[in-house]
Amino acid sequence: MFRSVRVSYGELGAAGKFFVYAILLLGLLLFAFPLYWMIITSLKELGDVHRMPMSWIPNPFKWDNYSQIFDDVPLLTYVWNTVIYVAITVFAVAISSALVAYAFARLKARGSGVLFAIVLGTMMIPPQVTLIPQYLLFNQFNWIDSYLPLVVPAFGGSAFIIFLLRQFFLGISKDLDEAVKIDGGGYATTFFRIILPLSIPALATAAILEFMYRWNDLIGPLIYLSTGDKYPLSLGLSNFTAAYAATPWNLLMAASMVAVIPPLLLFFFAQKYFIQGIVITGSKG
Amino acid sequence: MSAVNATELRAESAAKLKKRRNPERAREERAFWMFISPWVIGFILFSGGPILASLVLSFADYNVIDPPKFIGLGNFSGLFDDRLFYKSLSVTAYYVVLVVPFTMISSLLLAVLLNQKVRGQPLFRTLYYTPSIISGVAVAYLWSWLLNPEFGVVNSLLGQWFGIRGPGWFTDAHLVIPSMVLMQLTAIGGTMVIFLASLQSLPSDLYESAAMDGASRMRQFFRITVPLISPVILFNSIIGIISSFQAFTQSYVITKGGPDWNSYFYVYYLFDTAFFHFRMGYASALAWVMFVIVFLLTLLSLVLSRKLVYYEYDSRG
Repeated sequence: MFRSVRVSYGELGAAGKFFVYAILLLGLLLFAFPLYWMIITSLKELGDVHRMPMSWIPNPFKWDNYSQIFDDVPLLTYVWNTVIYVAITVFAVAISSALVAYAFARLKARGSGVLFAIVLGTMMIPPQVTLIPQYLLFNQFNWIDSYLPLVVPAFGGSAFIIFLLRQFFLGISKDLDEAVKIDGGGYATTFFRIILPLSIPALATAAILEFMYRWNDLIGPLIYLSTGDKYPLSLGLSNFTAAYAATPWNLLMAASMVAVIPPLLLFFFAQKYFIQGIVITGSKG
Repeated sequence: MSAVNATELRAESAAKLKKRRNPERAREERAFWMFISPWVIGFILFSGGPILASLVLSFADYNVIDPPKFIGLGNFSGLFDDRLFYKSLSVTAYYVVLVVPFTMISSLLLAVLLNQKVRGQPLFRTLYYTPSIISGVAVAYLWSWLLNPEFGVVNSLLGQWFGIRGPGWFTDAHLVIPSMVLMQLTAIGGTMVIFLASLQSLPSDLYESAAMDGASRMRQFFRITVPLISPVILFNSIIGIISSFQAFTQSYVITKGGPDWNSYFYVYYLFDTAFFHFRMGYASALAWVMFVIVFLLTLLSLVLSRKLVYYEYDSRG
């Protein structure tokens, strides 16, 4: 997942290596512990959760917790809503941003520099500034309590992802564009046949960034959705305890696991693109 | 005669060339506008238009039902007497002041450790990064459980191992913000990766000659590493300020802004003002004040950095 190591400090001595090793292992216990605790709490029965001194391993393992949460709250509906919502928005943002990024990377037009500066400028404005007029606009359209206010703007692309893809497109050789032109192909052919296939890694990075944002976003759904069976997982989860008199921590942790497993799985299968996303964010922003 | 012909010919061919090039340029320009049209439409409807509308609204009183009433600077002068405005601003400022240095120091130290050549280093990097994948509501619940005063694992261990009665982390007015800072510990993976990337691009010859001169590792760190990566520290700090100013989810999920407004973040107040009390004009004014504050903070960090940041070394060069 990371670039191969370059030693920039000179080799550590045996004692130094041992020291670093010890700290790294101890720190790892600290870092891994919250997730471990989440998993084992989700498998305990309620009596076990409140037992003192606490148990490090569930006794007994209560796998039923995971079926119970789907009975107690419409979790499956939340998951389904989230999957559809995230799939559409990730696709919309990726394709729209790619189209726009292609124009900024390849096509000459008067005013394109100014327009690109505006794209970058919109990244500086906090989302709270545009939130209220957007809400009023969608209210006019009668779109409140639907996914339209969350999904439709995604088709305008995302400023950051336009920027990220443009940087990538600039690095693709123009020779292939020329070849398409000689064969009589237009800009659309170049875009779909040359640019997109060569940009799979950048598109994957963009899709992952957008996926993580949409999967976790709470405030957007909180503002626009009010009917329970329309909730995505983030919003449904934030309402989870409403179904119980006292907080059932084991069930709450099980429901939270449902929300964190998909991003974790994605991370394990696509680590490279996660890291790329962060490094691009960090070095070019 | 022939000279005239030659000139004419040249003029003619130039015109031909121009004619030939022009349709092509026009075609390219048309294509440009077609390709960026999703962004143009999105910008007009969902960002450029709303920015202007928000500015206009900030000078109005508007509750969505009655038509907006313009009240000049009323919203902005109202902020001066608004105790919740001060409270939410100071809560947020307190959080930002704690969380940004905390994140910078812990992620830089971790990056330095993970840059050492020890066995299993790639695995260590992956494992340390993993907890930052999970975020949002689930993580807020997780920390609320870990730091639960009665049954939480942290207080249980404090009691079991040290005989200390653990505090009410999220229920104590003085501890609620530091607890939310602590929550960020396992979320430093992203910042750590950026630091790691910049550490890997540092030139090793500087360290070799420093080591030959007998400089200790500590001294090398403060005299070579920190100055060389100071632009990255600055960048991460600015991003940190901007993003921690947006804090909302942890407070909404764990404390609902309490106890006694002590975790009532600025964005939480803005959210309540707009979507609970439907005071759209006042909330717009809050949003603009936030924009100005964040903008000034960014500017201030950039100005301060002139003295503190070392730009001579370019990691890409």
